Amino acid sequence: MDATTKTNLYDCRDAFASVLEKLAADNEAVVAVCNDSVGSSKLGGFKSKFPERLVNVGIAEQNMVGVGAGLANGGRIPFVCGASCFLTGRALEQIKADISYSNANVKLIGISSGMAYGELGPTHHSIEDFAWTRVLPNLPVIAPCDRIETAAAVAWAATYDGPVFLRLSRVGVPDLLPEGHVFEVGKANVLREGTDVTLIANGTLTHRMVKAADILAKDGINARVLNMATVRPIDEAAIIAAAKETGAIVTAEEHSIYGGLGSAVAEVVVDHAPVPMKRLGVPGVYAPTGSAEFLLDEFGMAPGAIAEATVALLRRK
Amino acid sequence: METRELEQIARQIRLRDVQAVYEAGAGHIGGEMSATDILTALFFRVLNIFPENPKNPERDRFVLSKGHVALALYVTLAKRGFIPEEEISTFLKPMSRLNGHPNCNKVPGVETNTGPLGHGLPVAVGMAKAAKLSGAAYRTFVLTGDGEMQEGSNWEAIMAGAQFGLDNLTLIIDHNRFQQGASLKDTNDLAPLRPRLEAFGWDVTEINGNAMAEVVPALEKRTARPHCIVAHTNKGHGISFMQDSGDWHHKVPNKDQYELAVKELSEAL
Repeated sequence: MDATTKTNLYDCRDAFASVLEKLAADNEAVVAVCNDSVGSSKLGGFKSKFPERLVNVGIAEQNMVGVGAGLANGGRIPFVCGASCFLTGRALEQIKADISYSNANVKLIGISSGMAYGELGPTHHSIEDFAWTRVLPNLPVIAPCDRIETAAAVAWAATYDGPVFLRLSRVGVPDLLPEGHVFEVGKANVLREGTDVTLIANGTLTHRMVKAADILAKDGINARVLNMATVRPIDEAAIIAAAKETGAIVTAEEHSIYGGLGSAVAEVVVDHAPVPMKRLGVPGVYAPTGSAEFLLDEFGMAPGAIAEATVALLRRK
Repeated sequence: METRELEQIARQIRLRDVQAVYEAGAGHIGGEMSATDILTALFFRVLNIFPENPKNPERDRFVLSKGHVALALYVTLAKRGFIPEEEISTFLKPMSRLNGHPNCNKVPGVETNTGPLGHGLPVAVGMAKAAKLSGAAYRTFVLTGDGEMQEGSNWEAIMAGAQFGLDNLTLIIDHNRFQQGASLKDTNDLAPLRPRLEAFGWDVTEINGNAMAEVVPALEKRTARPHCIVAHTNKGHGISFMQDSGDWHHKVPNKDQYELAVKELSEAL
């Protein structure tokens, strides 16, 4: 597996679409709902196989989420798909009242989240969605790191009786988790054991954390790496163990440093096991022009920069 | 159930509603009075519902999009056997499941949580679409306020309802001509509603929404396209000094006013 070779990079949307089509073939209650996003949500295959079960409401996200709640009330299992920036931003009150508060069995699929839309600019970046959704009761918030975890999380979401927010990217990533990986909501995966510091990430950033750990290892720093796909409910046990056993925590995410994964980890740390922490992410600004990869580097999340931030943090231990 | 009997139930619901508002010291009495005849016709004549088995998949769906008149719904649900009638006295009290807006996870007979305006109709479109997908025979009804139609999400849903050919969906607009702050006319005048709905591809029926003899046939009517009933109503209907006044959106009657309201509603019984 070589992350630098384009041919080994996978678009997690394809894994989502392929599992969704399989679910729909097995269960006629499964429906897809979208906002004119058949292409960007990779629903072309679903549309050709199950045309009557593709509910395209047009460019109308508030209605899309409400329709999803109504479909669930009528016994359907709706996967409501749209660019994460519009799905969560435009329809946040519907997500709160119709989905979370009503506890509707709706699967919200935020496509092209984080800064996946790169050069399209901050209107299309979705670096607020963890913050907006993780304060809502009843709503697991999940950002898988590769095609394997995406497929496992989609399959889990279909069997889970309740709302789910699944946050996907369109940026190609290599495989990281083993084939056959079983997704467990609220459980972090230890990708690498370590005792000096713990690096915690999800989504596209997990890959950069693994590379940062490789760099640190060369300097004799033994970093634990946790893939924490579930932001809510957060894996408190894994965070407390990391704090107590490694004494320092670095988080990185394709999200604002305010209110996302780093904040969720910090909340557990201050309540249960205070240790020095560094939160990496978008530092509360609107991003300049650039691709997703460029912007992650720009905001200090190149593997080398993560390693440097970790070394600086360890001086505070 | 026939018109005269339904009218009597509507008056009983109004009376219990006014008593509960007075006791709780809060409520949205004007809009509750305007909507009571519609709620009565739905729950005692039109809806195919199962108080003993409220989640029966075959049930007709009713969504109270103007969730702020929850009390009128609670009184109706209690009278229809979904919740105990004595529970109405807990309205707004600490830990009561009857808060100011209906909760579907606590109150049987409530289908989705409403409160913020412009939410019920999109959800109702989803319910009606689900029936189309599964082949279920149930019908879906949703009640909005007229001021509520200023919310853009409603028009997204109206477009979708027409596009999806939802002949199993009925939208009732409680057209009492007043919203919280002022009249509809002086705020953002959507009237006349009929041509707007027709332009979006809906069949429209206009009725006196406080006349039971007009309410029932309109609700029972089946149309080839999604159906909108523009129900011309009076805010505060049934209580002389509240009628047709924007002052009674959520005002609570004082003792004298309360006694007069009870007297008027009781005489009508």
